[in-house]
Amino acid sequence: MLAEIFFAYFAVVIVLTSILVIASRNPVHSVLWMLLLFFHIAGLYLMLDAEFLAAIQIIIYAGAILVLFLFVVLLLNLKEEIKGRPFSRIFVIALVLAIGMAVVISSTMKLLPPGPVGQYSMDMIRATKGGNSSIIGRVMYTEFLFPFEIASTILLVAIIGAIVLAKKRLRS
Amino acid sequence: MVPIQWYLWLSVIVFSIGVFGFLSRRNIIVIFMSIELMLNGVNISLVAFSHYLQDMRGQILVFFVIAVAAAEAAIGLAIIISLFRNKATAHVDDIDEMKG
Amino acid sequence: MQSSYADVARIIPEIFLTSLALLLLMMELVTKKKEFIGFIGIIGVVITAYLTLITNPGRAFSDMFIVDGYSNFFKLIFYLNVILTILISIRYLKIEGVNLGEYYSLILFATLGMMIMASGTDLIVIYLGLELMALSTYVLAGFLRHEIRSNEAALKYFLLGAFSSAFLLYGIALTYGMTGTTNLKDIASYVTQHGIAKNPVFTLSMIMFIIAFGFKIAAAPFHMWAPDTYEGAPTSITAFMSVGPKAAGFAAMGRVFFDALGPIRLDWVAVIIPIAILTMAVGNIIAISQTNIKRMLAYSSIAHAGYALLGLIAGGSEGLSSMMNYLLIYAFMNVGAFAVIIMLRREGFKGEDIDDYSGLAKRHPLAAGLMLVFMFSLTGIPPTAGFVGKFYLFMSAIRAGYTGLVIVAVIFSAISAYFYLRIVMYMYMREPKAEVELSTSAPLGIALAITVAGVLILGVFPSIVIHLAKASLLG
Repeated sequence: MLAEIFFAYFAVVIVLTSILVIASRNPVHSVLWMLLLFFHIAGLYLMLDAEFLAAIQIIIYAGAILVLFLFVVLLLNLKEEIKGRPFSRIFVIALVLAIGMAVVISSTMKLLPPGPVGQYSMDMIRATKGGNSSIIGRVMYTEFLFPFEIASTILLVAIIGAIVLAKKRLRS
Repeated sequence: MVPIQWYLWLSVIVFSIGVFGFLSRRNIIVIFMSIELMLNGVNISLVAFSHYLQDMRGQILVFFVIAVAAAEAAIGLAIIISLFRNKATAHVDDIDEMKG
Repeated sequence: MQSSYADVARIIPEIFLTSLALLLLMMELVTKKKEFIGFIGIIGVVITAYLTLITNPGRAFSDMFIVDGYSNFFKLIFYLNVILTILISIRYLKIEGVNLGEYYSLILFATLGMMIMASGTDLIVIYLGLELMALSTYVLAGFLRHEIRSNEAALKYFLLGAFSSAFLLYGIALTYGMTGTTNLKDIASYVTQHGIAKNPVFTLSMIMFIIAFGFKIAAAPFHMWAPDTYEGAPTSITAFMSVGPKAAGFAAMGRVFFDALGPIRLDWVAVIIPIAILTMAVGNIIAISQTNIKRMLAYSSIAHAGYALLGLIAGGSEGLSSMMNYLLIYAFMNVGAFAVIIMLRREGFKGEDIDDYSGLAKRHPLAAGLMLVFMFSLTGIPPTAGFVGKFYLFMSAIRAGYTGLVIVAVIFSAISAYFYLRIVMYMYMREPKAEVELSTSAPLGIALAITVAGVLILGVFPSIVIHLAKASLLG
């Protein structure tokens, strides 16, 4: 029962803040609602026993990505922009499309067949020293070593790309 | 225990709100945030699946998604800044140098 | 599950290319001559191609990565694409005033992402490869930072690319939730064993994959980004984007749809057929009204994606090999056409209007002749390679029983003759308007020689590439 109540709280806040993110006129407000949203998603991850991801969600999503957004919003100084229409002309079409998609996908979700059950049960995770984080680390560096290396290359490209695009002056 | 469908429905709602924001907003930064919403919607599904299937793959994938989202944010915001240097607008429909 | 030396041996070409990209990044600091960086890049890519050919086929990294004939053929397309792109970029970058070493390493990183997409046998690896390719290409599309059209190109490409990869992820999440795995082969065997191939959730994830890959290969109705992006991006990058990421999208699509979604093949074919028809229609019909040649080639590139989808629909080794063939031939003819466009670009003159080609044959008969060959090939007129590619594509679709679809494709190809041959008409039948000077250079000449030789040799002796593509599927 307690779990359901917690879920209901997180779900309500997540849905409300997501609506506020896209409905706020001022992008700074959107970013701040997003911050609240990310904290509640992290809470949801804790309910699903994904402690490592809950931490990552706050450290990277809230701590790094959102701060970057905030920097850019403030850098661009959008005082004039806020006065215009926030939504484009296809507002109604977009609404119908999004609601239709939500209805179709959520009605198919009822038919989800039960998947296979793997080896990482809660008992097994509790019995492991270091818990969730230690298991993720072990899996990441053995089974998922190759994708991990690709991810590192992606981050390198992001560094190079951001510098090339946003640096003040070109040399040549 | 909360049924997995609850998580999946929540995930669909967040994803759809993201899609709606992407299609309907004019401000580039809010459009970009809508994409982040969509990714977070998918992440909720993945973590829920991972928990109910007792498998680590889903959580690993979420880790990669967060890494890619960080890279995407860096590049996307750099593109927005370089655009803003040439044309001081953040509305997508004002950006229409090419027509045809 | 430990990775062993045998695993690492399979990705030596990828490791080499990564080191090369890093080396070029370092060289940027020490050398003033940026063209030198380009030359080192070309030599490195040739070595990578050699390493690819001598790598032992097989699976690696707990079945996430595979080296087989299919991936090797696509990798050769990517190498060809990157070499030609570097050749046509060397002088062009100076004219545009963005002669930076990072350009070359970003091209190589994008190619690395494509290679991973072609070799990935796990949805996670394919997703990451796709992101590596896409992120590098977003930056390249916006490389002309001082030019607003380039910024806009990058922005549109970025927003729609990120949007589509969210759909890809949703598809991955749904298949994972159903099957508990992300490995392509395991997905197919799990759904057949448990008899859940017809489950709506699986169908839904199929639709998500079609949306995501549809954006990547610019198939209608997911093509909106392509015209603006192709027009605004630096011309060399337009050439790069219209071949590489598209071929990589097809490579990953072939793997995902045949390996993982194989059990519901009839379902996805039924969805892709209307998409293919719509893609050919949109590409060929809208191209007619274009006045900017880059934009026209963007629509043409959309149309060609529609033709290549025919190979995917036909399926089997014949369908796939005709699709691979077509993508290789397309690399030659499309980069060739862009090389001619780049030749017209010089300081203070864009040379992107179709009008600028008026009377080109009188002043520069060689350039006009080359453009003629590429336009004939894009239309599909014999004896060029474009004809051979289309012929095998259509034959495989007819043999698979899609005659109606092929008739539609032939009609659209006939329509396409109108806008391709219009350029030829402008070059040969109109009086020259203004003095058009060409900015030629040795690397550009080499690129043109390679592409025109490719178009003509493959057009006259098609058996070479047919055998190569067939053999790569068997191997």
